[in-house]
Amino acid sequence: MIYRFFAELGAYWIFLRQVFRRPERFAEYRKAFWRDVDALGVKTLPLVVIISLFMGAVVTIQTALNLEDPLIPRYYIAIAVRESILLEFAPTIVSLILAGIVGSNISGSLGNMRITEQIDALEVMGINPAGFLVLPKILANVLFSPVLLIFSMAGGLVGGYLAGWWLGLLSPGEFLLGLRLEFQPFYIAYSVFKMTVFAFFIASVPSFFGYRVKGGPLEVGHASTQAVIATILAIILFNYILTNLILQ
Amino acid sequence: MISVRNLHKSFGDQHVLRGIDVDLKPGKCNLIIGLSGSGKTVMLKSILGLIQPDEGTILYDGRNLREMEHSDARKVRQEMGMVFQGSALFTSQSIEENVRLPLDFFTSMSAAEKKERVRFCLERVRIENAAHKYPAELSGGMQKRVAIARAIVLNPKYLFCDEPNSGLDPETSLVIDALIQDITHEYGMTTVINTHDMNSVLEIGEHVLLLKGGEKVWEGTNDEILEAENPAVVDYVFRSNLMKRVRTALSGQ
Repeated sequence: MIYRFFAELGAYWIFLRQVFRRPERFAEYRKAFWRDVDALGVKTLPLVVIISLFMGAVVTIQTALNLEDPLIPRYYIAIAVRESILLEFAPTIVSLILAGIVGSNISGSLGNMRITEQIDALEVMGINPAGFLVLPKILANVLFSPVLLIFSMAGGLVGGYLAGWWLGLLSPGEFLLGLRLEFQPFYIAYSVFKMTVFAFFIASVPSFFGYRVKGGPLEVGHASTQAVIATILAIILFNYILTNLILQ
Repeated sequence: MISVRNLHKSFGDQHVLRGIDVDLKPGKCNLIIGLSGSGKTVMLKSILGLIQPDEGTILYDGRNLREMEHSDARKVRQEMGMVFQGSALFTSQSIEENVRLPLDFFTSMSAAEKKERVRFCLERVRIENAAHKYPAELSGGMQKRVAIARAIVLNPKYLFCDEPNSGLDPETSLVIDALIQDITHEYGMTTVINTHDMNSVLEIGEHVLLLKGGEKVWEGTNDEILEAENPAVVDYVFRSNLMKRVRTALSGQ
């Protein structure tokens, strides 16, 4: 089991070295990059915003229920919501959701390309398939992840604001006061950094699993499942490591 | 010329190729034939460099792909065209984009020159009207033609075809065979075809290589194969009822 883990880790490292080899022609990689920005970033944006809106609303309701004390000012609810959204929910929960959506997409499409010999076709042409197919995905995901994060944060806070106002948990004035009180801009930078690391895993780990599929459609499905599990585990592990390193 | 020397390949305990030696003839259709599991695909993929052999050398006009730097090997690869068994077209790209991809990567042609070259290649395989369609909109035979167009777009010296007739009806198979043979002669390419289709062997087999159990058991031409007395050839060629009748008819003459 331990031997297999390290063997897989080694294979992942070798795969990354292949991915980061010098591109044959930058213009073609650039085109692929913009295609991937659209497919992996822009197209997931509406879903991220919807998820974040409801996530913010739920966090507000639950926090309000736990702070039902006349001695605690209501704007404390907004402070708790802000900290939860900025520090954890926006980067981590959104990344876990993206690991499922984007990860299975990447793994499935590369796996399908492998079993239909499209990857072999690129290799015979003299194109580095790992570089051409995976590098643009990694770059698109990593560079677009701060945009997703900002929209997720905004969505979460708007959701919290609307739920607080709609359900009468706290007034809009109290919510806005709580949002601004003792706000630390560093938390945004911390979240962006965390999200960028997670975005790297969301693109590279499923690519690794999809790229080396052997067999048929059943194996592609199996690889997608494995890819999502491995990505989620990597995110959870690095969430702990980064939080420990940066916030401690 | 492609020279294969002492080629060995095993997967675990299974010895798939056992010391194959052959010179694949330039300007001709070289056919690798044999039953399923005889090592045809492994041999073709080894020649292409998609599988690393355990032992042996493969020389492209004296150049060994395995001993080259990555950038030099890439240049040799640009001299190769490959038609895969399932065509291996990029499903997210149009036919025009599929054929243009090698030009985008390896030439400094202008957009107009690329368009003209793609048009020429599609016209050569008689599928010029499908340029803006997607692979899923084409029949198997048309996809094979697109794959041939993509394989020849860089004017390769070596053309490889893995089971080019698999999944095609007999009439379309004949058209694809004729197309490959015409292109081979027109451009003087070294064409290597992996097949088990006896029609192809008889139609275009200018140089035929029979594999059995990972070994080369016979080498000759399509004219010689029907008269060969090698038991492995007789067993392979006259396996079907149709060919048994041909043999009876031939021996009755």
